[in-house]
Amino acid sequence: MAESEFCPEKDELIRSIDYRPPDKPWMETKPVFKKGTYCFAAREKHLAYLGFPNPREWEVGAEDWQLPENWKEIFIAGMEDRLKRFRSFRLFMDICVRCGACADKCHFFIGGGDPKNMPVLRAELLRSIYRRYFTWPGKILGKLVGARDLDYDVLKEIFYYAFQCTECRRCSVFCPYGIDTCEITMMARELLVSLGCHVAWTIEPVANCQRTGNHLGIMPHAFKETFDFLTDDIYDVTGIKIETPINQKGADILFVAPSGDYFGTEGTYTCEGYLILFEYLRRKYGLTYTWSAYAGEGGNFGMFTSNEAQKRLSAKIYAEAKRLGVKWIIGGECGHMWRDKHQYMDTMNGPADFLEEPVNPITGTKFENAKSTKMIHICEFTADLIRHGKLDLDPSRNDHLIVTFHDSCNPARAMGLFEEPRYIIRNVCNNFYEMPENTIREKTFCCSGGAGVGSDEFMEMRMRGGICRANAVKYVHDKYGVNRLLCICAIDRATLAAMMEYWVPEVDVGGIHELVANALVFPGEKSRDTDLRGLPLKKPIKGREEGEMEE
Amino acid sequence: MSFNLAFYFSFFVVLGLIGIALLGVAGAKLYVVFGVVIPYLSVVIFFAGMIYRVFKWASSPVPFKIPTTCGQQKSLPWIKYSRLESPFTTFDVVLRMLLEVLFFRSLFRNVRVEIRKGGPKVIYWSNKWLWLGAILFHYSFLIVLIRHLRFFTTPVWSFVRLIESVDGFLQVTLPGLYISGIVLLVATVALLLRRVFVPTLRYISLTSDYFPLFLIIGIALTGIIMRYIYKVDIVSVKELTMGLVTFHPKIPEGIGSIFYVHLFLVSVLFAYFPFSKLVHMAGVFLSPTRNMPNNNRAVRHINPWNPPVEVHTYEEWEEEFKDKIKAVGLPLEKEE
Ligand code: SF4
Ligand code: SF4
Repeated sequence: MAESEFCPEKDELIRSIDYRPPDKPWMETKPVFKKGTYCFAAREKHLAYLGFPNPREWEVGAEDWQLPENWKEIFIAGMEDRLKRFRSFRLFMDICVRCGACADKCHFFIGGGDPKNMPVLRAELLRSIYRRYFTWPGKILGKLVGARDLDYDVLKEIFYYAFQCTECRRCSVFCPYGIDTCEITMMARELLVSLGCHVAWTIEPVANCQRTGNHLGIMPHAFKETFDFLTDDIYDVTGIKIETPINQKGADILFVAPSGDYFGTEGTYTCEGYLILFEYLRRKYGLTYTWSAYAGEGGNFGMFTSNEAQKRLSAKIYAEAKRLGVKWIIGGECGHMWRDKHQYMDTMNGPADFLEEPVNPITGTKFENAKSTKMIHICEFTADLIRHGKLDLDPSRNDHLIVTFHDSCNPARAMGLFEEPRYIIRNVCNNFYEMPENTIREKTFCCSGGAGVGSDEFMEMRMRGGICRANAVKYVHDKYGVNRLLCICAIDRATLAAMMEYWVPEVDVGGIHELVANALVFPGEKSRDTDLRGLPLKKPIKGREEGEMEE
Repeated sequence: MSFNLAFYFSFFVVLGLIGIALLGVAGAKLYVVFGVVIPYLSVVIFFAGMIYRVFKWASSPVPFKIPTTCGQQKSLPWIKYSRLESPFTTFDVVLRMLLEVLFFRSLFRNVRVEIRKGGPKVIYWSNKWLWLGAILFHYSFLIVLIRHLRFFTTPVWSFVRLIESVDGFLQVTLPGLYISGIVLLVATVALLLRRVFVPTLRYISLTSDYFPLFLIIGIALTGIIMRYIYKVDIVSVKELTMGLVTFHPKIPEGIGSIFYVHLFLVSVLFAYFPFSKLVHMAGVFLSPTRNMPNNNRAVRHINPWNPPVEVHTYEEWEEEFKDKIKAVGLPLEKEE
């Protein structure tokens, strides 16, 4: 699927990687909007629905972007405003020494060689504007000190490279001052959206989520039907009847997952995993929980748009927790969701003083680390259950899988969630192999489709950015026969799937809770010889026979 | 900005500065200007500028707690968390910052990546050259600075003497060779060569990257020259410097012009400092990705400008979809 008008074939792509910078200085080169390297423009109706500036039909590849007359003033004033509101922005504009330590840390630079994809230069695009309009040397000496005027081409360039950054923070790990190009990209994107210049693949989900409660725009009835479909599926495979509480008042826990989990192809198995786990906990320990169709989205594409959009979407979760009267909140396997919930949620929408400090009623564990947000990661929850022996697990039920684990950018570099998922994997699966050290944990490589650029029309860049990850997967595939790439992110499950298909087709992609559910020995389950996906098991499961009723 | 312009411009500006000092002192005999006025001025500019910069940064709030985590978070009690890479307490943060500032820990992590054709093959190699260059550069600079305290203290502080004697233990020249001066020169030249010969680095470098390097090379060279080759009268130099620190400036006779060139370049560096990338020296302490604890979910961070936003409320949502909600039997707040 990856190979298309938006992506050349493998050999051609590899041949085109070239690290030699052009002869012309970077201020004199202009971006080429080539198919496969940019996302389509945000649509008029979505911008309008959100009340964002300058809604119109326009195209990124077109000459004229139909900007407002005074776009330059808006941009510069917006910059000034953000310099005043974000210390990070002002500081990162000032202190880069262009040492180049970050240069080859960005997957897009590694896989393509475009020098403006070096994080340092990506930031310089905006920094040059900063110098020109906000510093004395820049005002007086101009180009000599790396300052330049803002013009149409410069704006297009900023757009092009702001949407070739997946806000993954890998560069920030290696920078001696922690300069986080993600932060700069975020500022650039806020400025761009103030001119109505953003990409469809981000703005549409934001508009959808604002209206329906999830990125995909699934309305409440379809939301319910989706879950009916999933529980039917589970029943067919395992013979377990699942109850799916939606918008139920008075449950212990509100559970929020990314919509990619209940609606994306690879994701649904992870969602079935959650459903089976919570059903197990309900039956065995009487734990009650609920989904919400109003706050049905764990992810937050607002984060890739602006602070304001981000807050609009995440605010719903606390509002809903309050309305439903739950005690606390668990969040599903999603990457950027956890940057949002870990680093922003409480500051934007707290204090969540109407909730209780989370205590796992089954194990008695107090989640001290979440005592303010009252929001814990499903992996923290499950790891705790396993540690206390509360789940009856048979890891041999996953013996047909040889797995490796991809750390998603945000849980890795904006949260530090490394051991919990690994602990779960080791307990539900006998064959777990790590990828090479330089490609995992804080050094992990982005799936190249994060931060709202995982669209098909961006395929070439996604495949380029995916080379390092794919190569590491290939390595463990060749060496240990790995056939499943695990991850805890809904975007990953979609984008890595395409990446694997292109680079390492022998490996498929899935979430951790799918494996948890596979391994869970469920009282009343039926005999079967396949896993949730219908893949044949090594050793058939003995349960009740077809026709016998589940008690 | 083209390489040629950035590189040669910086080079000639530094040459020009040397020329100005020589003309001013050897030619126009403006000893007071170069020996007293400019040094005072540069120190004032340095401190005022740095205070201004730090104040400017500090005047922008930190709206969100955004540490970059490079290690395990503190979560469940049986999982060991990484104090240095994912600090939870203020103490942890201090440790992290110390390692960052004193040992350039992030730079030490440097892993180069490259894709070789065929395969494709991805190659990683640990690359500590930049780290080594940076460490040598900064520490030799620091030692040189401390050594210079000899000119500003009477009697010379004992730790300055100690550093001097360690620095000068190689008694191969007369006066004794200071290792730090040589290391400083070599490291600076290495950093410069790196900029010139690594194509990507050359591509991103600006005048403001070359200029401080040339300036520091100029300072190191003039320092070395006047110590080992055209020796200047140390006693008179100290008379001048002591005059400066005690605010009784005077110009002793017979200090060689080379000293004034050295002093002038140092003054330029001081004055240039707050308006350049060299402010990273202070800025690194304020970097929110490094100086904040990763305890986000335990301790709420306050954003001073946290504005209210328009939220699509549950009531509005129910109102819009109530038929659909009803049709599938989900509960409603407002039953008709
Ligand atoms: S590593 Fe940091 S200081 Fe060095 S070039 Fe990159 S952003 Fe600038
Ligand atoms: S945040 Fe990630 S995608 Fe963006 S510049 Fe840094 S490494 Fe590249």
